[in-house]
Amino acid sequence: MTVASTTQLVCFVILSATLVLGSLAVVLLPNIVYSAFLLAGVFLSVAGLYLLLNASFVAAAQVLVYVGAVNVLILFAIMLVNKKENLAPIPGMAVRRLLSGAVCAGLLGLLIRVAFTTPWALPGPTPVGEDATIRIGEHLFSDYLLPFELASVLLLMAMIGAIVLARRDVFSIDIITGEPADQVLIEKERSPLLLEPTDSVPLRS
Amino acid sequence: MTADAIPLQAYLTVAAFLFCIGVWGLINSRNAVRVLMSIELMLNAVNLNLMSFSNYLDGQLIRGQVFAIFVITVAAAEAAVGLAILLSLYRNRETVDMERFNLLRW
Repeated sequence: MTVASTTQLVCFVILSATLVLGSLAVVLLPNIVYSAFLLAGVFLSVAGLYLLLNASFVAAAQVLVYVGAVNVLILFAIMLVNKKENLAPIPGMAVRRLLSGAVCAGLLGLLIRVAFTTPWALPGPTPVGEDATIRIGEHLFSDYLLPFELASVLLLMAMIGAIVLARRDVFSIDIITGEPADQVLIEKERSPLLLEPTDSVPLRS
Repeated sequence: MTADAIPLQAYLTVAAFLFCIGVWGLINSRNAVRVLMSIELMLNAVNLNLMSFSNYLDGQLIRGQVFAIFVITVAAAEAAVGLAILLSLYRNRETVDMERFNLLRW
């Protein structure tokens, strides 16, 4: 066993331990802000595993998109919906947790069994290594050109859809006067549409 | 880097752990933001599978890496739209409890 392979092995063990423990903490920690920051750690260790798999471009994309964009977006969402609320206890929650844990453990066992019993065609072709970025560029502009363009359309649609969904309805029309209402920068107090009247939360008018 | 110190099955096992943790969190979370986080975990597990197959079984035409890039793109779009839906829902229900989002249940 050479120095390089030992280094690879040590890096792999550290990264996968971080990955599994971090994702468990993301799911199990009661404070959601800690979960969001640990999610960044999980994404970073996935990027490290990509580096071990000779994929430097995808590792960079993972860091930029997931840690830089998705995680920041999740933190903003936590900031916007951050209200201390005492969740009402649900009967049978422990039973549900145990049952779903059993199902997930069964799924895990199934996946690991498939991974170890399938006769993979190993060893495959030699990995291209450093030329991977060039190969990805050639793929994106030759045989994957249509999905590449569709991805740009999808991103545009997601951007417009997110704006439409998340904004206040600033262009609503006042029913009585027929003039545009709510055209002010200061947020008006509006009563929520879907609150159940039996709630303890008093309806605002 | 061709003399593999790490077998393919090790990567698949790690990805399986990540996916199952994501599924468990998806079922059991009551905070809607945590549900979105669990979906991201599952997408990352799938990406890890794609990348390991691309490195070990398809080393010359790295199609798995191209697929992983598309998955990352779609995941970013999904996160943006999902969080916008969550904000709109929070504005109208004033809660993020998944158990109370039952308007279409029965």
